[in-house]
Amino acid sequence: MKIEINNQSLNMPAGISILDACKSANINIPTLCYLEDLFPSGSCRMCVVEIAGVKNLVTSCSTQITEGMKISTHSNRVIAARKSILELLLSNHPDDCLYCDKNNACELQNLSAELGVRNRNFSKRLIEKEIDKSSPSLIRDPSKCILCGRCVRVCEERQTVSAISFIKRGSQTKVTTAFDGGLNTSNCINCGQCAMVCPTGAIVEKNNIKDVLAALSDKNKVVVVQHAPAISVTLGELFGFKQGSDVNGQMTAALRKMGFQFVFETSFSADVTIMEEASELVDRIKKGERLPLMTSCSPGWIKFVEHFYPEFLNNLSSCKSPQQMMGALIKNYWAFKKNINPRDIYSVSIMPCTAKKFEAGRAEMVTGGFADIDAVLTTRELAKMINMFNINLSKLKPEDADDPLGEHSSAAKLFGVTGGVAEAALRTAAFLITNDDSKVQEIREYRDLEGIKELTLNIDGITLKTVVVSGLSNARMVLDDIKRGIKQYHFIEVMTCPGGCIAGGGQPFGLDKDRIVARMKALYHIDKNEKIRKSHHNKDVVKLYEEFLMHPLSHKSHELLHTKYKPRTGY
Amino acid sequence: MNNGLPSIDKYLIGSSLEYFNSCLLPGVLNPTSKDIAEKLETLKNDSVDKPYFFIGAGTCGLGAGAIHTEKALLNVLKNHKFDYEIIKVGCIGLCFAEPIMDVFLPGKNRLSFGNVTPDKVEPIVLALLQDDQTILSQALFQYPSLNLKAWQEVPFINDYPFFKKQKRIVLNQCGIINPLSIGQYIAQNGYSALAKTLKEMTPIEVCNIIENSGLKGRGGGGFSTGKKWKFALNTPSDQKYFICNADEGDPGAFMDRAVVEGDPHKLLEGLIIAAYAIQATKAYIYIRAEYPLAIAHLEKAINDLYKWKILGSNIFDSGFDLDIIIKKGAGAFVCGEETALIHSIEGKRGMPRPRPPFPAVSGLHGKPSVINNVETLANISSIILKGSDWFNSMGNNNSKGTKVFALSGKIKNTGLVEVPMGITMREIIFDIGGGPKNNKLFKAVQIGGPSGGCVTDENLNIEIDYDSLKTIGAMMGSGGLVVMDEDNCMVDVAKFFMDFIQRESCGKCIPCREGTKQMQNILEKITRGRISEKGNDALDRFKGILQLEELSNTIKETSLCGLGQSAPNPILSTLKYFRNEYEAHIFDRRCPSGVCIELVNFEILEEKCIGCTLCAKKCPSAAIKGSPKAPHYINNEKCIKCGQCLKVCKFGAIIKN
Repeated sequence: MKIEINNQSLNMPAGISILDACKSANINIPTLCYLEDLFPSGSCRMCVVEIAGVKNLVTSCSTQITEGMKISTHSNRVIAARKSILELLLSNHPDDCLYCDKNNACELQNLSAELGVRNRNFSKRLIEKEIDKSSPSLIRDPSKCILCGRCVRVCEERQTVSAISFIKRGSQTKVTTAFDGGLNTSNCINCGQCAMVCPTGAIVEKNNIKDVLAALSDKNKVVVVQHAPAISVTLGELFGFKQGSDVNGQMTAALRKMGFQFVFETSFSADVTIMEEASELVDRIKKGERLPLMTSCSPGWIKFVEHFYPEFLNNLSSCKSPQQMMGALIKNYWAFKKNINPRDIYSVSIMPCTAKKFEAGRAEMVTGGFADIDAVLTTRELAKMINMFNINLSKLKPEDADDPLGEHSSAAKLFGVTGGVAEAALRTAAFLITNDDSKVQEIREYRDLEGIKELTLNIDGITLKTVVVSGLSNARMVLDDIKRGIKQYHFIEVMTCPGGCIAGGGQPFGLDKDRIVARMKALYHIDKNEKIRKSHHNKDVVKLYEEFLMHPLSHKSHELLHTKYKPRTGY
Repeated sequence: MNNGLPSIDKYLIGSSLEYFNSCLLPGVLNPTSKDIAEKLETLKNDSVDKPYFFIGAGTCGLGAGAIHTEKALLNVLKNHKFDYEIIKVGCIGLCFAEPIMDVFLPGKNRLSFGNVTPDKVEPIVLALLQDDQTILSQALFQYPSLNLKAWQEVPFINDYPFFKKQKRIVLNQCGIINPLSIGQYIAQNGYSALAKTLKEMTPIEVCNIIENSGLKGRGGGGFSTGKKWKFALNTPSDQKYFICNADEGDPGAFMDRAVVEGDPHKLLEGLIIAAYAIQATKAYIYIRAEYPLAIAHLEKAINDLYKWKILGSNIFDSGFDLDIIIKKGAGAFVCGEETALIHSIEGKRGMPRPRPPFPAVSGLHGKPSVINNVETLANISSIILKGSDWFNSMGNNNSKGTKVFALSGKIKNTGLVEVPMGITMREIIFDIGGGPKNNKLFKAVQIGGPSGGCVTDENLNIEIDYDSLKTIGAMMGSGGLVVMDEDNCMVDVAKFFMDFIQRESCGKCIPCREGTKQMQNILEKITRGRISEKGNDALDRFKGILQLEELSNTIKETSLCGLGQSAPNPILSTLKYFRNEYEAHIFDRRCPSGVCIELVNFEILEEKCIGCTLCAKKCPSAAIKGSPKAPHYINNEKCIKCGQCLKVCKFGAIIKN
């Protein structure tokens, strides 16, 4: 199809939007409400363009190209309209950027700069709205909300949770929960995907830096930290590293510089998770009960099942998530080894996830009278802390994690990406079934960002039907199919966030595919070059079982590493 | 006997005939066609065998006290031992004359009385029963008949000034027939158009007739109805929907309500034909919950239709199935917008989405759907029966047929009128509406609701059609006409409409949500007195006025839906014709009509004030000073514009300016 953009003749495939056509022609058009893969809502009007012969300006996100269409994307009229719209928006925005969590990471701020907003053209009529701090994971400041609806659509369409929606009309319109209650009263699963797409500072993570700083300066505390597999391939982005750079060593060094006494890797406990979960899978298959086994490492997914599919609670693996296993092991195993009173340990985790903050606070996550985890920081908060300490990450010499909870297999590292847990679990499960390490190595079928990936494996005569799911709308589809009897599986891996932890709600803002793909590739690259690629080969894990847990699913490991969930209500 | 129009019985065969008979003549086995014809004839109510009393009991009638009138009537009749019947009818259009009571005596023409308050019931009834002719001077008009005796000195309805220039197609039976009687509707040729459609016409033929008739959507869009149907008919799909938009949201509009209350079957017949034309098997009527009476009438009518087997499966043995579902709206203005309405039916928040895809291609539940408003659909049966040429012959260049308008505001004859397209606004306001109340000076009439514009004296002579109104900055809209006289401040009018629009904006797109609020703020600032000004308000008055044009442009050009795109109209239109009033507000801080209370100054005329001190005593803000027996004066800095002084002054010494 022949079209003309800014006097440049172009050939474009039929059926695409003007916005997509412009993108492929390397013409940038500002947007505030657009979200890839979702039906355009056309609410921000920022992407308007001029089309020859059409009276009004049209939104490029929702208009398809037609043969011979002549489009101007940056005519005076278009720029003036965009600027006017933006100024209108700013008339009802606090614009106290210096005090805002999103300062320097705000789409509205960037756009104002791009369009050269320099005067307060329309008189300010800010309606102050109450900040919602009720959630352990997220903070909503409706005053900063520009009602673009991205969060609502992500919550409803991508996650099918619908914890938030619009209420009231006209200038009173507001995004909030049912009955305008706090987020904690809703069925919000704390995944933070809303924060990832919010163009302003209206939804951000609950910041726990203060708590951690306080612990760091407390002389009576032994502050230990663990970091999740997805962090090391993401953090670099915020410090000028190339996308997908692995900064594991530098991060460990930085954490020590800031005063964390012991640095562990969640990947260690991910290996433990695999030992337990793979054994559980083999056990359930042998007994033929509570199948399919569903993974339980993604806390948003757990809450989702509690709210929407309580009938599947029994199918969830009873394993705690790696974060919680690590917490329990630190205070109940490592502490005794090191002869430290667990009471004196302050256990911090760095997670790509806002739901982990909620998970750490769950009543189920207390072992021996101590909370497994004391504070959870997201990737973003870690970056903020590093900046606060004025540490130049790229100048640091890589350091190794502490023993014995620092050792990991590369299978554990794969936890960071959709399909990774399944791959890691099946590597070990295959060994448990056949006692042969050559049966399952790399599972190529799992290695992309598709939302639903089915695979049937045959391990020594045992047929294993598996499915790997990321994004809860996909999870809902799979569960509904199981309920209707259309599909049967033995093993289901679910990651709450589309793409898995590399696109988790605690990662750097924004969901551009390029960045997420780079992080995924980095994890698979690490796996490829690692010597220890299977959880049961992790020497420290083997030692842990030998000297403490005895064997997977033992009484001790049930006490420390397993849990149970209950149905939950909420709107 | 059927005015040359096809009679329904020739279409009835098999099971539909059985249902008809069992409904018409319950208990009679194997009735003959003569029995049926006779029964239908009596149902027509063309003549009566006992006194009939009709009471206008539409929402306007009820508001005027029709219930009390009915009680009074029952009281009077209680004392007379004869057979009678009381029928509650809808609104005939003379809302100003409600409660209306018609008296229909055997052998005489049906006679209509207006403003029949309970005390007037007895004199009217007694006089008529005793053949006392003096009461006839109070009658409004009588209905013509073929062979009944006419009343002397009472005008016929067609000569009555209010009706003289009207041409009633949609409203022809409103206020006349019993809205709850399907039998009466059928007796008046009702559902013969539907029968004819289902038996003799293909869907595309129906679309063609409607397209050729030139009928355009009466809800405000003005898009060719036939064309719209064809889009949906030609979109292949396993399921299609027809939606009737009865979500009349404009302030000052009540046309649809009157039709649904007064003649629901007319709408339903049009709706069933329309559904057939696009081959929809499910139809929705989206009606605002604030219309309880209309909903009740609709529910009754739909139930009757199922009973008569004119709805459900295999209608008239044609193989066509249709179900109609009433969906009550929660009263959001924006839900009149097609895509928002669809969202609302789907159970979602009523917010528009970008078009295309148009609903005719992907509408309700993603299926092809057509949305027409009540008035559009109420035209259909007549067009089917009388042909597209008949309809096309009415009106002017590109606007055919008639249009129903709701007259309200400062006009003598408030009510509903149906006039041929091409009539002038002057004829509607002055000949039909009787001009402004109390002989005040006409100032303007707002047409098209909040997003329309105003027509001033200089434009009263233009012929009303879809295009001509646009040239003067107004629009047809759904048909609300709000008349304003010299006492109305046009800035205040604009403020009222902006307030309405910004409250009713769905809040989805920025220009509409934030822009309308800004515009309303600007209007508020220029109608504000110094006393309540804060911060930079004084500066903003001027700044704001300079922004109005830019704002209007942005909102018009970039809003998502029609509501936003037309949102600045009230300001643009009043600014165009009443710039002087705006200037008086901005520069002189004066409201020429004395409406914007903060800008009104109270003043004491020295020569008239005798110094009685009453005003000073009554003033709640101690703004009036003066010694007894000497003229007082008002300190405007202190005055809170409550108007107490004006009320209490016995000497006419206080004026407002």
